[in-house]
Amino acid sequence: MRRIYLDHSATTPVHPRVAVVAMNYMMNDYGNSSSVHAPGRKAAEAMDEARARVAEFVGAEPREIIFTSGATEADNLAILGVAHAAGDRGNHIITTAVEHHAVLHTCDALEKEGFRITRLPVDAEGRVDPSAVEDAIDDDTILVSVMLANNEVGTLQPVAEIAEIARARGVTVHTDAVQVAGQLPVDLAELGVDLASFSGHKMYAPKGVGFLYVRRGTRLKAQMFGGHHERWLRAGTENVPGIVALGEACVLAQEEIDYVTAHLTSLRDRLIAGLEERIPDVFVNGHRTERLPGNVNVCIPGVEGEAMLLHLDMKGIAASSGSACTSGSLEASHVLLAMGIKHEIAHGSLRLTLGRDNTAAEIDYVLETLPPIVENLRAMSAWKPGDEMPFED
Amino acid sequence: MYTDKVMEHFTSPKNVGELENADGEGRVGNPVCGDMMAMQIKVEDGVITDVKFRTFGCGAAIATSSIVTEMAKGMTLEEAEAITNEDVAEALGGLPTNKMHCSNLAADALHNAIEDYRRKAAGEDGEQ
Repeated sequence: MRRIYLDHSATTPVHPRVAVVAMNYMMNDYGNSSSVHAPGRKAAEAMDEARARVAEFVGAEPREIIFTSGATEADNLAILGVAHAAGDRGNHIITTAVEHHAVLHTCDALEKEGFRITRLPVDAEGRVDPSAVEDAIDDDTILVSVMLANNEVGTLQPVAEIAEIARARGVTVHTDAVQVAGQLPVDLAELGVDLASFSGHKMYAPKGVGFLYVRRGTRLKAQMFGGHHERWLRAGTENVPGIVALGEACVLAQEEIDYVTAHLTSLRDRLIAGLEERIPDVFVNGHRTERLPGNVNVCIPGVEGEAMLLHLDMKGIAASSGSACTSGSLEASHVLLAMGIKHEIAHGSLRLTLGRDNTAAEIDYVLETLPPIVENLRAMSAWKPGDEMPFED
Repeated sequence: MYTDKVMEHFTSPKNVGELENADGEGRVGNPVCGDMMAMQIKVEDGVITDVKFRTFGCGAAIATSSIVTEMAKGMTLEEAEAITNEDVAEALGGLPTNKMHCSNLAADALHNAIEDYRRKAAGEDGEQ
């Protein structure tokens, strides 16, 4: 059966060029970078080179890159690290209602420790108002954490503006930049943030590796204790194959960023236009233009997301949804709800996230396949838009 | 995550639609996840002769609705009232744990339809 992968915001395939590099550091050059002998030195050199490649990719210095197990760990290290280094300088953290759970649940944990958390609302398109950040900052504020692009609806946040406001008030700024890497150019110096989290497996490197950018001079407390690795900020033998693979993925991403941005944007716009033309009452979630090139997120009222995903999967199409039925917690997407979308409409959300290998022909196949699925499920539905729900939200 | 039986009923659901002149109608919804089921029954001499459903919900919601219509057809009202949500899940070869309580409402919808039928029947008796 034809297989079309449209869930690149969940994870990407490892690029063959990247996989070959990782394989070599698993099988041949497998030394521990802390060892004195030749295999150890080889691993250390490879890591140094990877660090330089990663740094160049995001516009940073190599010493500002801390390798982690992924973006969840990077988010934890950034937020807990700043909070625990703050001492009596303050205990207030500002974030948004639409962050990834790696940020939101870390803030929840700090709240239990006694920190004060402000979760800023977003508008109907998922954007945070920079002036709301300004208003929320007080003498106790130690950190502002706002994602660069939303993983569900693809909305880009005005992080540069927010960073300027926060830094002028002496507040550290963190951004979860996971979704942007490989889709749009990243220049952290220009962005003006102090901390930024990235993940390998969203940009054609393997799972289990990521990094935190830590601007020189940022006060950060380690959250894991052990050896001297990563300038004492992240103990544990480095994932050398993953790190070297990540370095290669950054080179690849940098080489083809102009092409990928344009390619994804064209596929995205083709898909959105086709869905709007062929599915009655469909609407796009997130910002129309301030949006990730590879993100399509729509609500299809009167249809439930998981039912759609199962039918699409049977036709070879891999997608995702913010429906409560598809989440382990059985809660509807916090992002869609924060944007003011009702439960029963969020129920019908569908996310299609594009990658460098997708083609226009694949988009056309989706546009042929999805409308009959929707029609069939709508015909079966006990609820249609406009009907009262037999219960309150 | 779903059994073959669930997928069978999800992809080819039985008894979808609406009855003309239904004798009883039931409607249930789950406020947490937003699923909704509507079930209609036709009753003759205390036996359910026909059942139809409509469901707005996930794979499990559709499959449980479908199989409960098959189970109930030909049963007496008392037999159908004894069907539990657990019986429905069992008939499907089991459901994922997290779906046991949210999408497994089909027996409730059926019971509501029977209740509606009994209420209407009692009303008609009262008018005599």
